[in-house]
Amino acid sequence: METKAVRDGYGEALVEFGREDKRIVVLSADLEDANRTKLFEKEFPERFYTFGISEQDMVGEGAGFSMTGFIPFVNSFAVFLTTRAYDQIRVSLCYNKANVKLVGSHPGLEVGNDGATAQSLEDIAVMSVLPEMRVICPADAVEARKATKALIESKGPVYMRSGRRPWPVITEKETPFEIGKSVSLKEGKDVTLIAYGIMVHKSLEAAKLLSSKGIKAGVINMHTIKPLDRYAVLSAAKDTGAIVVSENHQKIGGLGSAVARVISETNPVPIEFVAVDNSFGESGSPGELQKKYGLDTADIVSAAKRAVNRKK
Amino acid sequence: MTIKHNRRKKIEELKTASAGLRKDIVEMIYTARAGHPGGSLSAVDIINVLYNYKMKHDPENPGWAERDRFIMSKGHASPALYAVLGNCGYFPGEEFKSFRKFGGLLQGHVHRDVPGVELSTGSLGQGLSVASGMALGSKLAGKNSRVYCMLGDGEMQEGQVWETVMTAAQYRLDNLCAILDYNGIQENGRIDRIKKLEPVTDKLKDFGWEVLEIDGHDYVQIADALDNTGAAGEKPLFIKANTVKGKGISYMEDRFEWHAKNPDKEQLAQALKELGFKAEIKDGN
Repeated sequence: METKAVRDGYGEALVEFGREDKRIVVLSADLEDANRTKLFEKEFPERFYTFGISEQDMVGEGAGFSMTGFIPFVNSFAVFLTTRAYDQIRVSLCYNKANVKLVGSHPGLEVGNDGATAQSLEDIAVMSVLPEMRVICPADAVEARKATKALIESKGPVYMRSGRRPWPVITEKETPFEIGKSVSLKEGKDVTLIAYGIMVHKSLEAAKLLSSKGIKAGVINMHTIKPLDRYAVLSAAKDTGAIVVSENHQKIGGLGSAVARVISETNPVPIEFVAVDNSFGESGSPGELQKKYGLDTADIVSAAKRAVNRKK
Repeated sequence: MTIKHNRRKKIEELKTASAGLRKDIVEMIYTARAGHPGGSLSAVDIINVLYNYKMKHDPENPGWAERDRFIMSKGHASPALYAVLGNCGYFPGEEFKSFRKFGGLLQGHVHRDVPGVELSTGSLGQGLSVASGMALGSKLAGKNSRVYCMLGDGEMQEGQVWETVMTAAQYRLDNLCAILDYNGIQENGRIDRIKKLEPVTDKLKDFGWEVLEIDGHDYVQIADALDNTGAAGEKPLFIKANTVKGKGISYMEDRFEWHAKNPDKEQLAQALKELGFKAEIKDGN
């Protein structure tokens, strides 16, 4: 299976769309190599701005660019962008409805051996709670290109969570991408696995393993965490009667919380969560960390079995 | 000769009009029974000169692409900006009564739903970054627009301000002008006691800005300083405007107690008298 990092898909897409659309400007806080916006800098140095290690300033500068007619893409590690500059995102962007696109790389436990300060396990929660903000996370590099296009065409602030390591490419170029509309990758009968980012691929793997044990699991790529595709969640609850939400993020405040809210308001069915449980990460390889913190394919399989058993 | 004469005449007129702006400010805060008179009265002369002498703008067309922009980073001094915008014709003066009221146009802190306001503020330290982004955007778009940003002295304690001070020097933003409303008092007392800012002109010079120091209530000095934006070449301009908190109302002047406090009926009457108006107080609320 072809693998490619979301950050590469995003970096290349910025260059591709930047050729046609001169409104696109790229802002970075000294991590342009790591988040792949260096590609844009190389081709369009006049539309690339570095602000040094000053995320708060950078977010405000983005608001200023948007108010003079540009579409700024504001980049850093997910953890620094969303938490260091939080009040700036809340007031200068969201409260002002500024047309700024935030892109945070190195999500969840992917950073591995850099340790907990660089591992972003809270970004989805803190971005989702802000009025006006939309939150998306592509499942692979191909989807990242389509998501980048959708960001350009959207109005108002959007946060996109990028990815660092090469992930298997599981989506197709032709599949339409619409903010707020999830993609069903596999039909199920007994349980639905809902995920975003790297956990979509793991959910597909889990569905295969479950099928060998006689459990028919559906898989939904919930690339938009906010606004949540309520219809898809409710259909999953109705059609399969059990849900597993997996995310490379804290359990508190993530997609799982959003899905549980929709389900509890309408059609309560068993839900299980595969996520980091109120803990910081640590140094280690991503594989080691995912095993310790319960984000492996095997964890999704166990969660699905629990959910199915709870139906009885 | 005539140009010089007209300029002097215009500046005189603005100075005369300032009493009316101060009246609007204290009446707004009286009617709302809340607000920040001290920092509004220290800032209003500068904003008056910006909108009525210096800036390219059009109240009939607030979104005019070629306009100069003003960012009120110290968003709590909203009555000063609202008073100037209302008197420029951006919205009817009737709206002053809606200040801080439920469903009203004039939000407690500066809000961009008000015609003429560029940026909603209220969390200190953020305005200069947005102003700098606008200055960069104007240059990239090939526009000749200038961006002015007013900061409070207490606000300079926010770290984000200094991030942008470095950015604006790095990008040589000669179309950006920061104006410090230096009244020397923050919410809980004298700035020198809480966290001193001095020597602020040296600091800004060291950071690579062109720096001027003026009396922020002297209309000729304000106009002269603002005319300097871009004159230094490839440097942003920082104007340290020495001001008096509560300027124009004797019992408010230089007192931190009037940072956020509304005058009662008698105090309003005295304020209006000091400003040269008859004290006709209508209790419309």
